[in-house]
Amino acid sequence: MDEALLRSLTPNVLGILVRRGADFAAAEDAVQDALVEALRAWPAEPPRDPKGWLVTVAWRKFLDATRSDTARRRREDLVDEEPAPGPAQSVDDTLQLYFLCAHPSLTPSSAVALTLRAVGGLTTRQIAQAYLVPEATMAQRISRAKRTVSTARFDQPGDVATVLRVLYLVFNEGYSGDLDLAAEAIRLTRQLAAAIDHPEVAGLLALMLLHHARRASRTAPDGSLVPLAEQDRGRWDTALIAEGVEILQAALARDRLGEFQAQAAIAALHADAQTAEETDWVQIVEWYDELVRLTDSPVVRLNRAVAVGEADGPRAGLAALAELDDSLPRHTAVAAYLHERDGDVEKAALLYAEAARKALNLAERDYLTRQAARLNARP
Amino acid sequence: MAKYLLLKHYRGAPAAVNDVPMEKWTPEEISAHIQYMRDFATRLEQTGEFVDGQALAPEGTFVRYDGEGRPPVTDGPFAETKDLIAGWMVIDVDSYERAVELAGELSAAPGAGGKPIHEWLELRPFLTEPPTVTE
Repeated sequence: MDEALLRSLTPNVLGILVRRGADFAAAEDAVQDALVEALRAWPAEPPRDPKGWLVTVAWRKFLDATRSDTARRRREDLVDEEPAPGPAQSVDDTLQLYFLCAHPSLTPSSAVALTLRAVGGLTTRQIAQAYLVPEATMAQRISRAKRTVSTARFDQPGDVATVLRVLYLVFNEGYSGDLDLAAEAIRLTRQLAAAIDHPEVAGLLALMLLHHARRASRTAPDGSLVPLAEQDRGRWDTALIAEGVEILQAALARDRLGEFQAQAAIAALHADAQTAEETDWVQIVEWYDELVRLTDSPVVRLNRAVAVGEADGPRAGLAALAELDDSLPRHTAVAAYLHERDGDVEKAALLYAEAARKALNLAERDYLTRQAARLNARP
Repeated sequence: MAKYLLLKHYRGAPAAVNDVPMEKWTPEEISAHIQYMRDFATRLEQTGEFVDGQALAPEGTFVRYDGEGRPPVTDGPFAETKDLIAGWMVIDVDSYERAVELAGELSAAPGAGGKPIHEWLELRPFLTEPPTVTE
């Protein structure tokens, strides 16, 4: 069964139900019920018209649910006349759904969950598994999110930046369990890019493609992290890189720079280097300067210090690092790296061990512990 | 079936036999250790005895209520805190003996010199729901 096709139809079907007069929360429940039924029924009996099937089943689910409500709510008028499907406005519908699911009144975790379900067409169970929480918890998070946005109007224009932040969060969650969240984020960003012409949407899509292209080389067979400089560049996905670069160049040509385009430009410069030694660090530092100007984020300044260390030598990197708050995540790890490059192996080993204790995830902790061990094991 | 919590301590457990901090191992020994832990969890998943496992960061904060309308008080980490949990694994097994057997295997994970760490793991039974049949 083509689950990707099924999922790609979700926002469209949801939009049709809403245009027929269903309120968003009820329509979204009905589409979810239809998806679950499709996952069960389609493998044995694939429909000739998948979208028509989904609309019919979702509308029936909506009617069933509403009928059981009507005694209370007295809304027979809406229920009994089934309007013809409206004109094709699927692109606009999809766009409005993105805005609604990333509504500023939602917390990030709620916006992520609602986007994956209502736009992504994932089931509550899949989303719960991906984020390692019980299904009942995720169901509750989604239903609260829907209540929060229920007062927002479906046709209000939204803010693209909030949508991009949600998609970026999904992408960065990476991979856990059966569901590939990075690939899902790319699919949703592609769909968004088809619905709206915006250089930052293109920038985020390029950024995702360029990072995704390196995925196979980012972990060793035993699951440990492989840093960029040591990755087998032959395993980078050249087709994804070419696509990412092309999308980025078209976006940059429009001269409306934003943080995602700048981040993608840095990723493109890495992708461009045949070997780690060929990396154009001078240009990368320039892009970090742009990013600092655009975001003024301490994390960007930290990454910039690494780039400065490569472009102008470890002493210059350490000087850039000294200007930053040393409680920043990964600050100690960067210091360890720069001190090692500067030849102070003993200090680097101590700092790597300290950085391991401060690591925010297991893979990084293991990597940093190995770095300390590597230096300590030297004769 | 009975559920047990296997607790690994950063501090607070008696010292392991092969007690060398990880950054003093060789990189290969670290890899062997991580592989052992991963294989152990996979094997328990296959036997249907694995429930959950998580690692914790070493630094935590103590928090307490400070009265109506006031933000909670936070403090710590306290240097004198004797006990510091590094992580846990929850297993669901048929007997106490099986739980002890598994904890013993986990404690045999290789460390410095490729030799078992013999670290002390704490085994704590979960309090269960009351049974239906009580007489």
